[in-house]
Amino acid sequence: MTIASTTQLICFVVLSVTLVLGALGVVLLPNIVYSAFLLGGVFLSVAGLYLMLNASFVAAAQVLVYVGAVNVLILFAIMLVNKKENLAAIPGLGLRRLLSGAVCGGLFLLLIRVAFTTPWPLPGPAAVGEEATIRIGEHLFSDYLLPFELASVLLLMSMIGAIVLARRDVLSTDVITGELVDQGLIEKERTPLLLEKSPR
Amino acid sequence: MVTNTAPGLDLESSFEQALQGFGLSPGAAHLLWLPLPMVLVLVAAVVGVLVNVWLERKISAAVQQRIGPEYAGALGVLQPIADGLKLVFKEDIIPAKADGLLFTLGPVLVLIPVILSWLVVPFGQHLLISNVGIGIFLWISLSSIQPIGLLMSGYASNNKYSLLGGLRAAAQSISYEIPLALAVLAVVMMSNSLSTVDIVNQQSGSGILSWNIWRQPVGFVIFWICALAECERLPFDLPEAEEELVAGYQTEYSGMKFALFYLGSYINLVLSALLVSVLYLGGWGFPIPVEWLAGWLGQPIDAPLVQLITGSVGIVMTVLKAYLLVFLAILLRWTTPRVRIDQLLDLGWKFLLPIALVNLLITAALKLAFPGAFGG
Repeated sequence: MTIASTTQLICFVVLSVTLVLGALGVVLLPNIVYSAFLLGGVFLSVAGLYLMLNASFVAAAQVLVYVGAVNVLILFAIMLVNKKENLAAIPGLGLRRLLSGAVCGGLFLLLIRVAFTTPWPLPGPAAVGEEATIRIGEHLFSDYLLPFELASVLLLMSMIGAIVLARRDVLSTDVITGELVDQGLIEKERTPLLLEKSPR
Repeated sequence: MVTNTAPGLDLESSFEQALQGFGLSPGAAHLLWLPLPMVLVLVAAVVGVLVNVWLERKISAAVQQRIGPEYAGALGVLQPIADGLKLVFKEDIIPAKADGLLFTLGPVLVLIPVILSWLVVPFGQHLLISNVGIGIFLWISLSSIQPIGLLMSGYASNNKYSLLGGLRAAAQSISYEIPLALAVLAVVMMSNSLSTVDIVNQQSGSGILSWNIWRQPVGFVIFWICALAECERLPFDLPEAEEELVAGYQTEYSGMKFALFYLGSYINLVLSALLVSVLYLGGWGFPIPVEWLAGWLGQPIDAPLVQLITGSVGIVMTVLKAYLLVFLAILLRWTTPRVRIDQLLDLGWKFLLPIALVNLLITAALKLAFPGAFGG
């Protein structure tokens, strides 16, 4: 075994263990903030696995999009609404856990079976290495052009939706009920600036 | 894409050949070589920070008509070391109600991506740790990890000022990353490569005239503003605005953990200045190409002595350009007022982003129209 292959093996084992343990932590930890931070760790180790497959551009994109944008937004949302209160106990929690555990276990067994019965072509296709960036660009502008554009339209739609939900004050009708809205009055009703004093 | 044909010092191969001359196997020689550039760059980064801190103290003093540090060494050059020693010996406090694990992990997560980004900073044709093909993109993606560390330390401090500071840092970092990436994209489009070495080589044609700043003046300004915002320097130091937030996410930190934030922000500033010089100011290039100078002096460019001088000039030029920008950043810090958070976000989303997009489109059009001048 050469130094390079030993290093690769060690890296693979470390990354896989972090990935599996981190993913389990994301699902099982009761504290949602820990779960969110661990999710970042999981995304990073996935990027590490891409790096080991010689896909450095995909790895960097994974870090930029999933760690830098998705995970930061998740953390943002959690921290803005984080009220430190205990959740009310749900009836039948044990049964629910058992059921979801059984579903996950079944899915896991199914995936294991697929992984062992599929004839994987070994060794896989030759790595393109640094050429990958160019290859991805060519694909995005030829055979993947339609999915790419559809994804961008989808993102645009979700962005407009988010703006509509967030900026109801610029609309004349309520998005959900369809009634005419004078947002200024409603806001005053909900959060009165001057509390009414008790009658004298 | 990576071209290694251009002349220049290749320390790696000479070092490994020397070791193999002592009877070591090529693998062992490579293994001995590997840590050397990393340690060297780490030392360079820390020394850069020390110089930076000294400059900050002296220039701020000059701006405010004070003398500044004077007693620690000549002109106070040892003051940053004294600062560092003070931080080392301070008590390391974890607040009682804080989350100890996240509180410790936060500063580490802030510092590591910044140091990793030094991987792609070139000081010469072969004078960088690794000429990875994704080069500048690696820096952009690594710098997006930083806000997680800031959010982590802001949350773990269990302090409302810290949390607000962390949230502001994350919002700021996300908003300014997009125009930053678009400005970089325009440069990348002109040099047909993400590799920092190729970006510099593309600017090395005719000295100062071929630097990207003439072809990308708008991109340069956008990049510089965004880099300042990413480094949380004034006028964009909202995450630690002391009048409103005590010290933002750093409020509860002391000792070495605080030093990690401090180090991280200054390493980031030096790194940003270096990358501005790589992207827009010709990197290690001398204002007049060294090939021309060697030709006028009648020296072959491949001669060992000429190569040594070229390499040294390259390092000096890179550092000089970077510190010129650092000087500008320090002057900006001590002469401009801070923007408000809504002004900051408005500037990022409503001004810089459209301008950066227009800049990208115009660059693409110019590249199609004048492929000679805009790297067709």
